[in-house]
Amino acid sequence: MSTPEQWPLWEVFVRSKNGLSHKHSGSLHAPDAEMALKNARDVYTRRSEGTSIWVVPSSAIVASAPDEKEVLFTPSDDKVYRHPTFYEIPDEVGHM
Amino acid sequence: MKWDICDPSVQYLLHLGDDALILGHRLSEWCGHGPVLEEDIALSNIALDLVGLARQYYQLAAERVGGGCTEDDLAYWRSDREFRNHVLVEQPNGDFADTMARQLFFDAFHYLQLEALQNSGDAQVAAIARKALKETTYHAEHSADWVVRLGDGTEESRRRMAAALERFLPFTAELFTPAEVDRVAFERGWGPDVASLKGPWDHLVLEVLQKATLERPEVPHKLLRGKSGIHSESLGFLLAEMQSLPRAYPDATW
Repeated sequence: MSTPEQWPLWEVFVRSKNGLSHKHSGSLHAPDAEMALKNARDVYTRRSEGTSIWVVPSSAIVASAPDEKEVLFTPSDDKVYRHPTFYEIPDEVGHM
Repeated sequence: MKWDICDPSVQYLLHLGDDALILGHRLSEWCGHGPVLEEDIALSNIALDLVGLARQYYQLAAERVGGGCTEDDLAYWRSDREFRNHVLVEQPNGDFADTMARQLFFDAFHYLQLEALQNSGDAQVAAIARKALKETTYHAEHSADWVVRLGDGTEESRRRMAAALERFLPFTAELFTPAEVDRVAFERGWGPDVASLKGPWDHLVLEVLQKATLERPEVPHKLLRGKSGIHSESLGFLLAEMQSLPRAYPDATW
């Protein structure tokens, strides 16, 4: 039998309510997609946290590299004009 | 025990509850010992579902016994002769394939039993069955998934799965052999004729075995009378552990 170390890793995304987006809950090992879905149900929705589950092979996720952090993210630090804060909101609009 | 539990409807509730409690207890023994973390949680969830179901039957039974009888009295203060579960569910876990074979056989039966109990003439039993059918559907999928994967897996998993089927199949005849408790329940319209569940059960199990590329073993059936209180020695050991705390400390509270 294959050991858990040989089972692929899956990332689990759970939608807690209709209308909300799926959020990353964590990861788990499973031999195939169907079992990953069942395991996700048992591990991440046992306290009725979910209405829908996605599982994705972790290997299918393309992540940004930590050493590219500066190149990717610091340029936006000094561009405050990208935030929509440069106009007045009339009081009548209330909380936005 | 000090309560009179001879009433036929109480006996039937105990039969239904005992299957759930004893199997739930057996599965809880996997907690912390599952082959992988994910499966450990899955087995514990199923164990909790079953113990929860047992509580519903026992609460109803205790109410009908009356005089202050509680669900705990029924779970902890009956001796093995007073338990009405099938001998299949009290069998020790063995390895993971053994547990999955036992689950497959029981889950398929449990599913069909609850499906029939939804139309029970005992309205309270029908309500419990309707609620439990959903989780039992999941239990049946879980065990079927594993039997398929182990059967159609590696050489070793296949060998173990085939041996597990051979070990537990002889216990399944009791599921479909009416005992006194079944006959009374059927006559009064509380429960199904268990013999009639055999055909659909064969169909469900065979479908899984075909997917698992496993043969149904040719093994002689055991003549068992768990539903009449005649159990294997395993139940005694199980109860000794399960009942030890309330018996040693009868005044203990949560």
